[in-house]
Parts: sequence; C-alpha cells; structure tokens
Amino acid sequence: MIRFDAVSKQFPDGTKAVDELTLEAPTGKITVLVGPSGCGKTTSLRMINRMITPTDGRIWIDDQDTAEMDEAQLRRGIGYVIQHAGLFPHRTIVANIATVPMLLGWGRRKAESRALELLERVGLPASYAKRYPAQLSGGQQQRVGVARALAADPPIMLMDEPFSAVDPIVREQLQDEFLRLQGDLGKTIVFVTHDIEEAIKLGDQIAVLRGSGNLAQLSDPAQLLAHPVDDFVADFVGKDRGYRALSFQQSPQFPLSRESSVPLGATPEQAAAAARDGWVLVLDADRRPLGWIEPDRITAPVRSEMLARGGTVATAGGPLRNALDAALSSPSRRGVIVDDQGALLGTVRAYEVLAEIEERARPELDEADLERAGLRPVEETPE
Amino acid sequence: MTWLRDHFVDVLSLAGQHAYLAGVPLVLGLLIALPLGWLASRNKVLYPFLIMGTGLLYTIPSLALFIMLPLLLPFKILDPNNVLVAMTIYTVALLVRTVADGLGAVPDAVNQSATAMGYKRLRRFMSVELPLAVPVISAGLRVAAVSNVSIVSVATLIGVSQLGSLFTDGFSRAFLDPIIVGVVACVLLALLFDVAILLVTRLVTPWQRAGSPAA
Amino acid sequence: MINRIIAWLADVAHWQGDDGILRRLVEHMEYATTALVIAALIAIPLGLYIGHTGKGRFLVVNAVGAARAIPSLGLLYLAFFWLAPRLSGEVAFLAPAGLVLVVLAIPPILSGAYAGVEGVEPAARDAAVGMGMRGTEVMRHVELPCALPLILSGIRSAMLQVIATATIAAVLGLGGLGRFLIDGLASQDFPQTASGAILVAVLALAVDMAFALVQRSVVSPGLTGRYGKVSL
Repeated sequence: MIRFDAVSKQFPDGTKAVDELTLEAPTGKITVLVGPSGCGKTTSLRMINRMITPTDGRIWIDDQDTAEMDEAQLRRGIGYVIQHAGLFPHRTIVANIATVPMLLGWGRRKAESRALELLERVGLPASYAKRYPAQLSGGQQQRVGVARALAADPPIMLMDEPFSAVDPIVREQLQDEFLRLQGDLGKTIVFVTHDIEEAIKLGDQIAVLRGSGNLAQLSDPAQLLAHPVDDFVADFVGKDRGYRALSFQQSPQFPLSRESSVPLGATPEQAAAAARDGWVLVLDADRRPLGWIEPDRITAPVRSEMLARGGTVATAGGPLRNALDAALSSPSRRGVIVDDQGALLGTVRAYEVLAEIEERARPELDEADLERAGLRPVEETPE
Repeated sequence: MTWLRDHFVDVLSLAGQHAYLAGVPLVLGLLIALPLGWLASRNKVLYPFLIMGTGLLYTIPSLALFIMLPLLLPFKILDPNNVLVAMTIYTVALLVRTVADGLGAVPDAVNQSATAMGYKRLRRFMSVELPLAVPVISAGLRVAAVSNVSIVSVATLIGVSQLGSLFTDGFSRAFLDPIIVGVVACVLLALLFDVAILLVTRLVTPWQRAGSPAA
Repeated sequence: MINRIIAWLADVAHWQGDDGILRRLVEHMEYATTALVIAALIAIPLGLYIGHTGKGRFLVVNAVGAARAIPSLGLLYLAFFWLAPRLSGEVAFLAPAGLVLVVLAIPPILSGAYAGVEGVEPAARDAAVGMGMRGTEVMRHVELPCALPLILSGIRSAMLQVIATATIAAVLGLGGLGRFLIDGLASQDFPQTASGAILVAVLALAVDMAFALVQRSVVSPGLTGRYGKVSL
C-alpha cells in the first residue's frame, strides 16, 4: 500500500506542481493518476521513488516513511517504467532486463536466466535476447521496459505513460497483455496517463487530477462514469459516458434465440431454407461465427468473400456494452452471443439488452459526494 | 607596443595577405563541397566514400600538405598558390560532411510538398533545400574559417608571407612583440571571419529569428 | 624530383642511426602519445563532470573555439620564450613544445567527453536513476559507455592535432619527423623535406585508421548500429 499524506511539491521557480495530495494506492491494485498536462500527475508519481523530493507531507509504503529510506535501496525495490522505455542503447536486451538484479548482486547467471524468463513473459521470443534496443520496434522496446522493471520482482511498479508513444493498435495489445500480466502478478501499481480511455480500461481505482495536483475525484471506473463529481471531471471523462459505463456491468443470462446456421460452401437453397427474416449466420467447423449472409442475393455456394462482416460478437456473461454493440452492429439486427471458446450460443435483440439495462440500478453516490452536493440519501423502498 | 605603432602598415598588409589566403579557399571550398555534399546526401552508396575520402584529406598535417602539393601541382614550392589549394582541400574536407548532413536534415515533408507543388529538382534544391540547410552549412563554414586562419600561419615555414611571418621574424630575432601581435592579429582575423559569416547567415535566414507564436 | 625523393627514402642510411627515420618516427609517437595521455587524463574527467552536472558548459564551448583560432606556431614560440629562460638543457626545448601539445589536445577531448555525456538519452538516464543506480553507477554503467563514441572521436581528432603540431614543433629543436621538414627547408634539401612530409602524412593516416579500428572494436554495437544482419 502506498499512502500520500498531504504531499505538496513546489518547484524552485515557485510553481506549485502538487498541492496537499492525500491518496492511497491499495496493495495489489492498479491506481491510475489521470489528468490534463501540467496537473502534477507525473510529479506525484516521481515523488514515490523520490526522483522528486516532496516539499511537504509524507509518502508511506506500507508502514515505512519513504523519506527515511535510502534512495537507491528504495528505488531498487520499485519497478519503474517510462514513456520512451529508456532502454540502455549500449546493452543487449537481456543485459537491459538484468540491470536491477545485477545491481542487487544476484550474479550473472541467475540474473540472465531471470531476464530470459521475463522476456518470454512479456511476449518476446528468446531470440531477441542478444539484440540491441535499436533493433526493436517502439512497442517491443516498451515490453522490454516492463520486463526490466519486473526483473527483481518488486512488489510495487510505477508506470509513467508507458504506452503513450506507440500506435493505437500496439497500445491496445500492450494494455491487454499488461492486464493479463497483472492478473498473474498482482503488483501494487501506480500508473500515470493523460488518456482517460486508458485509465478507465486499466484502473481498479482512478484519481482524476486537475491543475497543480488537486485531486478532483478518486473512484473506480464505473463510479467515475456514472457520477463525475463536477463539470471538470465530467468534461474530462468525455462523452458517451452512459454507453461506456456499460463496460462495467456484466450481462445476465439472456433468453437467447436459437439461430440456425450454415457452413461455408452451402448452396443458395440450403442457406435460404435456414434463413430467418432474410439473413442466416455462417459458422466454421468449430461453430464459430464467420459472418451473416442474405441467401436471396446469392446464386452460388457460400464463399467467405460474400459474408457481411460488420457485426461484432459478444461473449455470454461479458460486459453489457459488448452485448448491446453486438445487437446494434449486426446486419440482421440479431446480436451474436458466443461461449468462452467462441462457439455460437444464440442471438439477442437490442431491445432485450436495453430491457436488462433498464432493470439495473445506477451505482449509488458515495456518501461524501452526497454531502458535498447537498443531497440526501434516498431510502430504498422494500418491494 | 611601440613596435606595433612603427610597423602598423606592414602588419595590415600581412593581415590582408592572410585574409586572402584563408578567405578565397573558403569560397572555393564551399563551391566544391556543395555538389559533393548534395551527391553524398542523395546517394547512400556514395555517402561513406565521400565522407571517408574527404575525412582522410583532413588528417594530413598542414605543413606536410604544403610541402607535398608542389609535387602534384605545376607550382613552385614557394608559390602562395600551394597554400590556396591546400586550404581549399581542408575546407572541402570539412564541408562535404556538413553539407550532406545539413541537406539530409531538411524535413522530408518539406521536400515532398515542394515536389508536389511542382518544383523540379534543381529549382527545389536552390529554393527549398539549400536555404533550409544554410544554418547547418554556416556552422561548418565558421569552423572552417577559424581553423583556416590559424592553419595559414604555418605557411610561413615554407616562405609564404602572411601574419605567420611575424612569428618566424620574432623568433629569429628573439623578440617577443611581433609574435604577440601576430597571435592577436590571427585571433582577431578569425573572429572577423566568424562574425562576417554569422551576419550573412542571419541576413539570408530571416525565419531563424522569427520568434515562436505568442502563446 | 619524384625520383630523387624515392632515392632519398630508399637510402638505408637515412633510416638508421640517432637521426634516422626510425628513431624520428619513435620520437614523434612518443611526443604524441605522452601529450595525448596527459591531455586525456585532464580532459576526460573534466568533460564527464561538466556533462554530468551541466556546470561550466561555457568553458567547453569557449575552449574549443579559442583553441581552433589560436595559431599553433605562434603559441609554440610564445611558450618557448616564456619557459625556455626558466629551464635548462633538453627540457628547455621539450617543455614548451610539450605544453603546447597538451594544451591543444585538451579541447577536442573535453568537448567529446562533454557532448557524449550530455547527449545520453534523457530517458535512459532517468530510467537508470529510477532503477536505483547511484551517481557513480549511472556514470559507469550508462553515461560513460554511451559517451564512448564521442570521447573516442575527440581523442582521435586530438591525436591528429598533436601529430601535426609535433611536426611544426621541430622549429624549437624538438626531434620527431618534423626534423626532416624543418632541416630540409633550412638547407634547401627538397628531397629530404618532401620525404619528411610524405612520412608525416603516412603516419597521420596510419594512426587515424588504426584508431578507427580501435573505435570499432570497443564501442557497443548497440550504439554504432553494427549488429550484423538479423531478420526482424
């Protein structure tokens, strides 16, 4: 657990980067600091490993005051990942990853075997071990940066815009793999980003900062989308909040409609016989959906190029947002629901998803927020 | 410093000779280095050869070059033309790389939009690439100018008179004044060249002085 | 003329003895390396310090500019008049020349070391500190190896500067290959002068190329981009 206790930072030129920040980053969770540029998020992050010294207040790691720890020792126990990875250009990938273990005096063999293990862990082939950073793409370098930070197995990781410098597709891959990795490792992570989408996707807890390190709101993503505390946060969180909030609500067991289907190669007659309202779903040999087709429009057996591909597919029990999107994007208006292996379970209509959404209660306001806004809690009436 | 007062005209004429020996090669060297540098910036195969070749020329010590040139050229050993050629060689050696790197640093987007607007090759070079590379080339030219002025003084050892003659003169008579005057005059001349190039550069690159837009 | 130079160079007598080519060659290299080592011992730590702390940046810029502008021949004579009366014997000739060689070798090495450290990618330095390296560890593990290419380039141009200046320093009675040029000019023995010039030029080229090879072998391939072919 990392605890900011009324931490302030004033730079010598007089600018107040952080003003009395009090915040707790719980153990094993991802806490995202997000806000516009100049909001003090990076300064706050860098005060944790004392790359920047606070002018006031204390930062605790578990029950230790960081100000009283040896700087280098403190940092060796904290993984640190930065925007441009900051790999050492003169060292091979494996030597880069082994940096902290070597500093800790592990011995070369042990440090290198650990580095190789991590290389694989972050999804890079072992053949990259002897390459140099300049031989890797930006996304690959960033993976090495993560591996390097994990090398000595620190309980805490600080990540400063680690995925901001890569293109959107790679960024999404890196985010997904980061979440998978965190699922295995359960580190205490403080993550800085200016991208609210990234914050909502990755954070267990999100701290929205406004100018000079003022904590505007601290809550989990669903709460943040449902109840931004003021105009600044609402504006920063952006549009489509209602829709985006559905990402945090699990789908129920929908009453699925059975969907008849045909394989590739089916004749127009077979397809027409299986179709409902003019459309039929085409599956592969493992019953995974490939796309929809209108039998009336074809004169030859079904080929892959003929399929309408606009529709998304939702996994049963996944977020409501995916189920709604599957229905909205389907050319037949029937949203495809699949099981964990991707095999067809059935279809659901948009109004069925919406009916489910209407049933749900919005996340309740925090008591503190109620008080601040001058509202009274509404007693739930028993049915 | 009565010596300086008595010999001011002599020193001035030596300085003029010095400026000629250091300055003319600067112009000639630039004119030769421009096409070579352009070639090097365009052609990835030629680049290392041109850079290495001209770099090797630069390694030859000045006195040795002054003495060897009459072997290759139709000039007598005491002919000042040897010095002009030698200094031109050094200037080219220094500038080819600068010109190539300066042209190489012109943003690709600028070149492409110039081409897209219909500039032909030579026209684009003259009116887009070259002006944008001027700051880098000018930095190289300043280095060349200052070191030319300093190197020319060595030519006194092969009997070509310029400010360096004051050194040998003072040394042979065990008289310090001419040496000090010579060194100071050399440094002043170098400074003069430097400032002149700087001013011309500022004159032809007005956009360099434009501030960033008001925030 | 060319034939007379070849004849001069081919004469075995010119290669042997205390004033022979071989002896002069060794002398020349002795002067050059001694001056270079002293200059490096001063300039590298100073340059690293300035690059690391950012203090005294103006010193580097000015030193390099000034060193380029000051005529080495004039400087040699000035040093001679200043030092020779205070010394006696062979030292009276060696010391002024040695001083000038060292003084002229310092700026390129200084600026190389400074620029090398200053040019280290800020992200790499930030990461090094963030991972818990102490000041000297950052210097040893990151800044020094990353600055190595520029430090070596600095030493390389200092080397050329020193070889050239040592040649001229023969006017003060210093040994080395410069003797053939200066003595040849004085006695209007052109074959000897030209042979000396050729020897000096060959020496400079050879040393420069040897240095290029050293540079290639000690700098990390990660910095030079010389990492063989890999399929990406």
